[in-house]
Amino acid sequence: MRLLSTYLIGLIFGVGISISGMANPAKVLNFFDFAGTWDPSLAFVMGGAVVVTFIGYRLVLTRNRPVFDEGFALPTNRKIDLPLIGGSALFGVGWGIAGFCPGGSLPALGTGRWEVLLFVAAMVAGIWLAKFLQSVGGAATAKS
Amino acid sequence: METIFTPWQSLAGGALIGLAATLLMLSLGRIFGATGILSGLVSLGPAQDRVWRLALLLGMVSGPLAVLLVTGQMPTVQVPVSALMLVIGGLAVGVGVTYGSGCTSGHGVCGIARQSPRSFIAVLTFMIATAATVYILRHVIGV
Repeated sequence: MRLLSTYLIGLIFGVGISISGMANPAKVLNFFDFAGTWDPSLAFVMGGAVVVTFIGYRLVLTRNRPVFDEGFALPTNRKIDLPLIGGSALFGVGWGIAGFCPGGSLPALGTGRWEVLLFVAAMVAGIWLAKFLQSVGGAATAKS
Repeated sequence: METIFTPWQSLAGGALIGLAATLLMLSLGRIFGATGILSGLVSLGPAQDRVWRLALLLGMVSGPLAVLLVTGQMPTVQVPVSALMLVIGGLAVGVGVTYGSGCTSGHGVCGIARQSPRSFIAVLTFMIATAATVYILRHVIGV
């Protein structure tokens, strides 16, 4: 039951991404191309998603616990630091180069296009690289 | 490459993304962040945490197929960049979202909806960086 509902939630997300245009790099890049072939569609994606989530979270978080788990796992880190800003900036550069973001590319895998697979493979390599660098950096900080 | 302005379709897609984020919070009490879901899946964490992430990922990947089933057409994917740019972009995205602890879904949708200051800063930073990158690539270098 838990896994089936999780699958269906992924499916709703995947359909949403598919029809919104977030899985289409040409559309994503045009959203940011104010000086060229600008397409404002993505503002509607973000707008729709944020409004629904804002209302939805307010309703859900009045509960004591989620349906299938002991408690809500909400982020507790409130630090605005260099990894947050530097990482986000680097993500933006990558998004601007390739036109795929993680949430756009994962559902797009279902189209079977090799370009998506190539992007996702490189993204996973990037995640591994960053985790490795973080563990080395963490060890160095712990030693010093 | 020109694309057609699709306000209603994009709004509906966005609403579905929001619905999925709400339902994941309701069922598992988790933030719907593609970064967290993917990195939890490809790292060597506890196996039980990988099961729900895998179910979620399989659902996400089924999205385009569900659209194909209902409309008879695969969602449009137009890639106006080279394979090299996909690789460089993918690497930068992977490293960036790991250090930044999130992306368009985790910070952009869930974080903004929770009015998290961290997420506001992250979104502002990557939006500016993406726009600047697109401007430089398309209008200064001319790729």
